[in-house]
Amino acid sequence: MGLPGVFFYLFSAVLLASALMVVAARNPVHSVLFLILAFVNAAALFLLLGAEFLALILIVVYVGAVAVLFLFVVMMLDVDFAELRQGFLHYLPTGALIGIVILCEVLIAVGGWAIAPGELASVPVPTPPADALSNTEAIGNLLYTRYLFYFQLAGLVLLVAMIGAIVLTLRHKEGVKRQSIAAQNARTPATAIEIKKVEPGRGI
Amino acid sequence: MNPIAAPTGDELLTILPELLLAGGALVLLLIGVFAKNSARAVMMLSMLLVAAAIVVLFLVPVDSGPAFYGAVVLDPFARFMKIATLVASLFALILSSGSRRKEVSERFEYPILIMLATLGMMVMISSHDIIALYVGLELQSLALYVLAAINRDSVRSTEAGIKYFVLGALASGMLLYGGSLVYGFTGQTSYEGIAAAMIGHDLEVGLIFGIVFILVGLAFKVSAVPFHMWTPDVYQGSPTPVTAFFAAAPKLAAMALLVRVVSEPFGAAVDQWQQVLVFLAIASMVLGAFAAIGQNNIKRLMAYSAIGHVGYALVGLSAGTEEGVRSVIVYLVVYLAMTLGSFACILSMRRADGPVENISDLAGLSRTNPMMAFFFAALMFSLAGIPPLAGFFAKFYVFSAAVQAELYALAVIGVVASVVGAYYYLRIVKIMYFDEPAAAFEPMGGQLRGVLVLSGAFTLAFILFAGPLNELASTAAGTFF
Repeated sequence: MGLPGVFFYLFSAVLLASALMVVAARNPVHSVLFLILAFVNAAALFLLLGAEFLALILIVVYVGAVAVLFLFVVMMLDVDFAELRQGFLHYLPTGALIGIVILCEVLIAVGGWAIAPGELASVPVPTPPADALSNTEAIGNLLYTRYLFYFQLAGLVLLVAMIGAIVLTLRHKEGVKRQSIAAQNARTPATAIEIKKVEPGRGI
Repeated sequence: MNPIAAPTGDELLTILPELLLAGGALVLLLIGVFAKNSARAVMMLSMLLVAAAIVVLFLVPVDSGPAFYGAVVLDPFARFMKIATLVASLFALILSSGSRRKEVSERFEYPILIMLATLGMMVMISSHDIIALYVGLELQSLALYVLAAINRDSVRSTEAGIKYFVLGALASGMLLYGGSLVYGFTGQTSYEGIAAAMIGHDLEVGLIFGIVFILVGLAFKVSAVPFHMWTPDVYQGSPTPVTAFFAAAPKLAAMALLVRVVSEPFGAAVDQWQQVLVFLAIASMVLGAFAAIGQNNIKRLMAYSAIGHVGYALVGLSAGTEEGVRSVIVYLVVYLAMTLGSFACILSMRRADGPVENISDLAGLSRTNPMMAFFFAALMFSLAGIPPLAGFFAKFYVFSAAVQAELYALAVIGVVASVVGAYYYLRIVKIMYFDEPAAAFEPMGGQLRGVLVLSGAFTLAFILFAGPLNELASTAAGTFF
């Protein structure tokens, strides 16, 4: 098994346990923290596979941005999770039934899986060889050539999501005072200063 | 190093209409943000762009093979269905500009979202790879969720948006799950590759699961029973112009995608998907016929009518023959015409104090607005499938395709369901012609009247168009056989 094997099982075990805790934790903030733990362990698994670019992207994007955003959302929205869970027992039988059916399907589907003899010997080898090209280059080469169409289309999907968020939530309030830097910079002494002649002994 | 292959001119021509819509949407977005009070102009420009995309589709060469490493293809089927979808979107935009709903006419994002949804539909229709299928579907669905909730100050509209979003996300999950199973068992995501991998041996159980899950995901999108739950609420809750759009373009695109998926990658597994489609067809026809009877809201009624009509279209598809696909294409075009006309009527159900949507509000329409009552009645007769109107021929084609494929039970159930369904369509005619008049509606706008007359004329004089339409549909259906 060796050292990589030990680490594989370590990271996998922690990953599964923390994924379970994401669902099971009572406090939603704890759920998000367990989610971060799960992400970090998944990143470690990527590292074991030699996919260092994906590992770091996972940490930078998911832990650094998405999970922290989640944390803010969970803390700022006053969601009563106890109330959300009220129907839990009521819906449990249906949910469990569907879960069992899908589990059976997966078992049947994967159980019928046979690896043809000799198939393992002919594992596809990346061209050019993996050590001639860094991860980032390899992904970039594919993403901007072979998958260019999907890449651009995914960009449009994100654009729609952004338009949607703005359409559904942005409200223009009347009477909000905003800073206008241009107007501030354009001020001259003539517009900013007013000279008052004060006669002695009279005050303003 | 991989050679960096720039897209060739042919490839760009293949997606020229898509490029036009995408680029146009981006430019219109900038215009909408930076020009004050430009909603009206953006609406007009988006109509122009959609019309331009239709013209471009007539001009670009067809069948230059898959483009972008097999992502999309522009074959005769794709061209026909894309033109139909673009026409549907164009008319939905015309209907929206004719309606006096503030949430639609005052927001420049509305036509842009419709354009982006249409773009997603076009990618779906010409998809040649499971990834393209999924990304196109998501682009379409995401824009539709936002459109459903666009009247954000109305509880019903936001509820419709949320319901549509949650169930749609579930359907997407199913579709992805199925797609990954298919990829796992065939090792391919391209339609050609999947079809090639299925020939010459028995299908694995996992692959069949994959096919079923993909069909379930698509059945959600076309609102076939038992995956139809969202339809009545979304139809009722969304602003009426949005409902008109939902009833026309996305249905067309999702059915086209279903036709492509069962004919291209899974063409070899007819026995597997045929049973699923037969079940979906029977359940949709029966539920569409019976559940609509008790409805009082005209938009809910149209939702159940849509479910029923999807069932009839699926009858043609379950035949699994060229004849069947041709009948589905004709059915979709006819349904498109009928539904746009009906929504032109529903949009003009409006009194001084706002829009109304109860069937009882139509009472005595023949005396207060004879023109509208006449065309609406013609459309209802056609939706019921009464000869010699368009709806009859559409139903006749799908049932004869089913009979030729020896699916007798399916055809018989379909005929019975359409007889039951005729009841609620005829009830509307009866209310319009024989009940005591309710207060008159405000006069119809020019755009609405134009759409209604066009669709009414198409329905009434379908015999004249039947020949050419069938010929075009045969060319389109010939793509797969």
